[in-house]
Amino acid sequence: MPYEFYNVPVLSLQSISTVKYRQQDDECCLVPLHITMDNVKSNNNAIPRPETSFESKEIFFAFRPTCEPSEVRLVFVLKCICLLCRMLVGESLKNGQGTGVASRRHKHEPFEQAPMYVAVLTYLGFGIVTLFGYLRDFLRAVGLEKCNIAQEREKQKDFVPLYQDFENFYTRNLYMRVRDNWNRPICSLPGPVFDLMERVSDDYNWTFRFTGKTIHDVINMGSYNYLGFAENNADFLKTVADKVRQYGVGVCSTRQEIGNLSIHEELEQLVANFLGVESAMTYGMGFATNSMNIPALVGKGCLILSDELNHTSLILGARLSGATIRVFKHNNMQSLEKMLKEAVCSGQPRTHRPWKKILIVVEGIYSMEGSVVRLPEVIALKKKYKAYLYLDEAHSIGAVGQTGRGVTELFNVNTADVDVMMGTFTKSFGASGGYIAGKKELVDYLRTHSHSAVYATAMSPPATEQIIRAMKCIMGKDGSTEGMRRIRQLAENAKYFRSRLKEMGFIIYGNDDSPVVPVLLYMPAKVVAFAREMLARKIGVVVVGFPATPITEARARFCVSAAHTRDMLNQVLDCMNEVGDLLCLKFSRRKYSPQPDLCDETDFELDS
Amino acid sequence: MAGTEVRPSQRLPPCLLCKDCFLFLCVNKHRPMHRSSRTLHLRDLRARMNFKNLREYLAWLYYQYLLITGIYVLEPWEKSIFNSILFSAIAMVVYTSYVFVPIHVRLALEFFLGIFGGQLESTMALMT
Repeated sequence: MPYEFYNVPVLSLQSISTVKYRQQDDECCLVPLHITMDNVKSNNNAIPRPETSFESKEIFFAFRPTCEPSEVRLVFVLKCICLLCRMLVGESLKNGQGTGVASRRHKHEPFEQAPMYVAVLTYLGFGIVTLFGYLRDFLRAVGLEKCNIAQEREKQKDFVPLYQDFENFYTRNLYMRVRDNWNRPICSLPGPVFDLMERVSDDYNWTFRFTGKTIHDVINMGSYNYLGFAENNADFLKTVADKVRQYGVGVCSTRQEIGNLSIHEELEQLVANFLGVESAMTYGMGFATNSMNIPALVGKGCLILSDELNHTSLILGARLSGATIRVFKHNNMQSLEKMLKEAVCSGQPRTHRPWKKILIVVEGIYSMEGSVVRLPEVIALKKKYKAYLYLDEAHSIGAVGQTGRGVTELFNVNTADVDVMMGTFTKSFGASGGYIAGKKELVDYLRTHSHSAVYATAMSPPATEQIIRAMKCIMGKDGSTEGMRRIRQLAENAKYFRSRLKEMGFIIYGNDDSPVVPVLLYMPAKVVAFAREMLARKIGVVVVGFPATPITEARARFCVSAAHTRDMLNQVLDCMNEVGDLLCLKFSRRKYSPQPDLCDETDFELDS
Repeated sequence: MAGTEVRPSQRLPPCLLCKDCFLFLCVNKHRPMHRSSRTLHLRDLRARMNFKNLREYLAWLYYQYLLITGIYVLEPWEKSIFNSILFSAIAMVVYTSYVFVPIHVRLALEFFLGIFGGQLESTMALMT
């Protein structure tokens, strides 16, 4: 039975015809459309307004064949205005992103570059440590030094070498020297403060031993505990305890067999209400939600346009699906539009047949940069080129928006415009698992065709109940204003933390609303020293270097939480100030005004 | 407390910033109107860091050297190797310049004076 008909009037100079499409029963309910340049509708609602995109002149080029002669003059005038605007404003930023004034909400997100000497010294540092790495490898090969890491046996040395590639070299010679800053064992719950086990190493981090002491009350700036639901308050967790008594702890089956509990149905109903969509489905693991559901939605003959900085789960899901993947520059609408246009015009690589589906995969908040997707513009593009949108709100659900509904609420966008809304419960809800939400046909299709639903164990009852109670708290359904208080507290904390750090002179990436704050450290030795100094001051931070980030952009990533009090944040900021001076980390060359509300855009000049 | 403290960089007149700065790779184009722009200079940091004596300041400079070159992550014997190599390289540069630079300068001066001196003589000869 066909679910949808599309009446697409085709405007072209040659002919006018209407083409109908309907769903085929054995395909996904994201309706495959034959997309050609002819039937890209000149629907004025879908064209981004000229001030939102500096590629406006190309929009008009795209419509040239379909313009009536009487509209040519209007088109020409608008084109000139766009070009003028572009010339006047376009030179102020050279970081590849258009300065959109589309909405007051979408603030300017600069990715400030550090001075040139920082890049030079970063490479210098890496170079010197690499040279010493070669020296140590030589000593190990000759036999002057014992090799503490995995090595091939004597008999295997004639075969293809296993440990010669760069990744192993890096692990042996760079990571092992400084690995006391990662995998620190925690012995309390990861709330706003936590306890660490003290460990020391006698042989330069090859082995560790515990001294037996615990470091108490270390401020936790690394956990994704945005709304503070990682707590063990007995009152809040009463319902969870009750459900454990009722349902047990394990499910021991998949959703499709006998693992579909009534609590799962309740959760899915609640998630759908929360997001304002027709239906939702939940899975036991967030990573598996992405990697197992994208293959169910797209396949060979489809095109995936994925952002440069997408998470590994999205990349893995895209690769598993077998679709063609093209990557566009991070948050860059011009790049995305160019790719969409090229895809629609040229079709599949050799045969030039039209793509079955085009899926744009973006994230709400990117976890390494703290930047927010430009959602209204992506939706406008998707409508214009008839693509589908997959939005991964792992970090943004519950953390941004007036009532915590995520980036759709932040930008005031209709949730029906996003075809597939995905998110995880790990970050803001203090549980584990993920969801996919959207139209009922989509979710019903996924219930039968998703690998995660068919083969993965269902979510366990305590986790499910934790999500239910957290979501009810946020929505206010438990009768208290605790949820709203937490959301407001998080927004306030995030703004305060970011503005204070910028004022101090650190280079921060990302949008002003996002609770993820990456502070750029650049040099490898400074990254290590920073982590150690902060721990000495009883603050736990997460530092990230290569290979998770580009080699010259190592950073410390702070995750602000609603459970952090102003005093804790002030303590962290004072220590940051001290450590920033001690290690010379304040690279920002921006002229910062102490009252950020006066001007919408900070004016600064970047040295390239 | 947050925005009210005056940063020491605002007290320093801008023209001194590049003159006695120790950071030899200071590549910021100096713009006099951006008086309060946050350029990194060791003089500002010294003012903010409150060193009690010279020894502490030198220790901090050594720490910076360790961080910038990446030596900080290496084991002590590797640090010693690198330091000795670097020190001997610098010592050789200093020795070579001490021995040879005066000789080269003298030769260069003689060469150029010879050219201009020769020009003067030939013009004098033409005039007389």
